Amino acid sequence: MEIWQIVGIALVVSVISVVLKQFRPEIALQLTILTGTIIFTLIIDKIKIIVDLLQNLADQANISSYYLIIVLKIVGVAYLAEFGADICRDAGENALATKIEIAAKVGVLVLAIPIIVAILESVMRLLP
Amino acid sequence: MDFNMIMKLAGLGLLVGVIVIVLELTDRKDIAKLTVIAAVVVALYIVVQAVADLFSHVRSVFQIY
Repeated sequence: MEIWQIVGIALVVSVISVVLKQFRPEIALQLTILTGTIIFTLIIDKIKIIVDLLQNLADQANISSYYLIIVLKIVGVAYLAEFGADICRDAGENALATKIEIAAKVGVLVLAIPIIVAILESVMRLLP
Repeated sequence: MDFNMIMKLAGLGLLVGVIVIVLELTDRKDIAKLTVIAAVVVALYIVVQAVADLFSHVRSVFQIY
């Protein structure tokens, strides 16, 4: 999907959403959610290319793919949380958005535990 | 397929808005409220399918299981 198509979709939806918000705000919100979802679905193929490139580079550099997968998972969690929090904030639910962000931070921390442990172990090995 | 879904939802919103205005002008407020609820449910059905699709894509690309 090319950039001008995505910009075109976003512009058209913005105009429709402004009109719709005046008398059907609930459907305008759903229209925004659907558009965000579809725009991300359109660019996911390109993200896959980037991820494959990263995995190839990691293989060539002999980095264990275990750590790379953890980083990828963290990126995925962060993206999904951002997506949900933005939608909640658009709908005026700031409290819910903050909770989603807290949950995402906890999830990222849990995913990062193996890396933290590895770093601590190497520090312990350096110390006499 | 993708853009059609957006246009379907926008058309649904505009159509229901007009229907509700007409129903309220002719003093059928209860039917107008039911129409709004039905429209929200139908829109939610479309949106939830798209969101589930997005989540499965994200899970497969970022390898979250």
